[in-house]
Amino acid sequence: MFDSVYAQLVGLCTGALLLTSALMVWRHTLLASIRLLSAQGLSLAALVAVIGVQENEVELLFVALLIVATKGVGLPWVLAHESEAGVRAIKEAPRLNPTASLLIVTILTILSYIVVSQLIGLGTSVTSHAAPIGLAMVLIGFLLLISRRRARSQLIGFLLLDNGIATIAFLTSGGVPILLEFAVSLDVLLVVVILYVFAGRMRTKFGGTDVDQLRELHD
Amino acid sequence: MSFALLTPLVGPLVLAVLSLALGSSPLRRFLGLASSIVVLGSGIALVTAVMNDQVPTAGGGMLRADALSAYMLTVVGAVGLISTWGGLKTAADSRGQGAGIFEALISLFLAAMSLAVLADSIGLMWAAIEATTITTAFLVGHHRTRTSLEAAWKYVILGSVGVAIALLGIVLIYAASRETETPTLSWLLLSQAGLSLDPALITAGGALAVLGFATKAGLAPMHSWLPDAHSQAPAPVSGLMSGVLLAVALYAILRIQTITNLVIGPDFLRTMLSIGGLLSLAIAASLLIRQVDYKRMLAYSSIEHMGLMALGVAIGPAALPAVLLYMLGHGLIKATLFVISGRILHIEGTPVISNVRALLARRPGLAVPWLAAMAALVGFPPFSIFFSEVGIIMAGWAEGMGLVVMIALFLLLVIFAGLTRLTVGMVLGSPTPTPTPAFVSATGSIPSGSTQSIATIQSGPGDETLLVRDFSTHGPILPIILALAVTASVAFIAHPIGDLLERAVSVLGGTN
Repeated sequence: MFDSVYAQLVGLCTGALLLTSALMVWRHTLLASIRLLSAQGLSLAALVAVIGVQENEVELLFVALLIVATKGVGLPWVLAHESEAGVRAIKEAPRLNPTASLLIVTILTILSYIVVSQLIGLGTSVTSHAAPIGLAMVLIGFLLLISRRRARSQLIGFLLLDNGIATIAFLTSGGVPILLEFAVSLDVLLVVVILYVFAGRMRTKFGGTDVDQLRELHD
Repeated sequence: MSFALLTPLVGPLVLAVLSLALGSSPLRRFLGLASSIVVLGSGIALVTAVMNDQVPTAGGGMLRADALSAYMLTVVGAVGLISTWGGLKTAADSRGQGAGIFEALISLFLAAMSLAVLADSIGLMWAAIEATTITTAFLVGHHRTRTSLEAAWKYVILGSVGVAIALLGIVLIYAASRETETPTLSWLLLSQAGLSLDPALITAGGALAVLGFATKAGLAPMHSWLPDAHSQAPAPVSGLMSGVLLAVALYAILRIQTITNLVIGPDFLRTMLSIGGLLSLAIAASLLIRQVDYKRMLAYSSIEHMGLMALGVAIGPAALPAVLLYMLGHGLIKATLFVISGRILHIEGTPVISNVRALLARRPGLAVPWLAAMAALVGFPPFSIFFSEVGIIMAGWAEGMGLVVMIALFLLLVIFAGLTRLTVGMVLGSPTPTPTPAFVSATGSIPSGSTQSIATIQSGPGDETLLVRDFSTHGPILPIILALAVTASVAFIAHPIGDLLERAVSVLGGTN
């Protein structure tokens, strides 16, 4: 019974992951990006739970809960920690216009399908068939990292990258051992906190969080 | 012996908590040093065990010390000792809230590095290396100036993205192991022959993992965080990062290389690492020629040495003893140089080379150790860096990588000339009668030296200058002497150093 829905559920979750990634590129306000990030975390958790039920692995259900706690709630909360009005006011002036960036997202997605099917082969299982989505998310994360100017928008790019890696991990190998999963989550959380603190310091020192101002050190 | 696997993790953790809890006790400034001693002691204990043909394990096999891990732990401890001892704060500096956090982060950094070299699972090794990014982030931004903030931001973004790529690689390696009976990330299991891992996944995973760790090792073209972070961090932190962090990242590459070599042979990573190594040497050479900042000069020299080490890793088992010896020699010398550079910066108040002149005439107490360590760095015998460089070049020649080695040799010559010219500019020359008004440093981060007037005192009529020579070393001299003595002698000790290096290389599957 569950087998018939399984493929559709995996498709739904990965579709949501890709959609949220593309929307993150499209939307420019920080608040929208944070909400999308939260939705993406929840989709990832749903994906893990679906795989867990299919493979009868209780451990994966715990991992899904962990993901809800960190990627769904924890990280977005850290990012939106200061007053909502402050976050709402932050608007991104990206280096690319929305049309161009959505076009690039499409190209990156096609590219990741080509790369995965050529290099590794798509395989036969439902999950490995969806693996290129993870690679596409990683590439879109890179796109955000290089095309955004605000410190905290770059942070969102980094988190998208990390979600992409997690997606690949769950789709290709059913996730890494749970101890490592804990370590990875903790590391990512701490990196975000650190970057958040630096962004705050940047605002007091530079009067803004435009990373283009960071160009005093060079050779 | 398995307790020695836990002491380098638990000891620094306890000391880190202690440095936060001690308030402004005068003992607090010694806690970072104490952590280094704990790590070094454990490293030596593990080396002793390994030389007696034991392989200590702990935590159900999660921690494991083969010869390579034991050696690396000793390197971490030794470089840590020189950096923390040489960079010991004065009692006055170590008051205040910031100092406690500083010592705590140094201890945590040492614990994370120890975990990285002792972990058997490559996943745990990854997490530990990522943890070093976290602990050093605030250390790089410690001065809280605009430039140090910029350096810290770049460092964290590039460092974590790089290490995230390495995670992707490790995930793919894990996916490859899913097709065997027991999916595992244990290096011990993955490095066994005959596992029939999927070559395509291992190729992709190995390439991404090496690319990620190469970012952390400061190899070109992912090196751009390194000069900024090294020049902005406080001196002992620069020493630790250059001597320990880069070496441990290279160690991670060595472990990954063993896994990929078994499945796809050495050629793929050899090409990758040769390109990275040569590119690092080329970038270091081109930017060292016209360098104006002596801390950045040291940072680019780190890129150079990491590039040569990467070439050694590319060459393979024949060059690996030289590479491992190189890690120790380079770590100790670079820690020494960063410590002295911190003192020069504190006294002279400027990081600009052309503003620091005639150091030998004015401050022999700093100039003599600086000259000795620079001589070791550019590769004069009897210092071990010379023997490592010769070892790598000879091995490359024997392995049929003559062209690569010739290019490297040429670039080394350029770097040698550049470093010599810069050092001569700093150290030699006759002191100018009036102190230059350039004490406001370019970064604005350094409190201008209040002791500047000691250097030159004008007296008498005309151009007659009475020179007050400053023989003070402005800090502990013993760690500097110790580091120089060890690097000068270590290449000649066949037992136990030579034996240990042989064993460490044989761990990685090299037979010759």
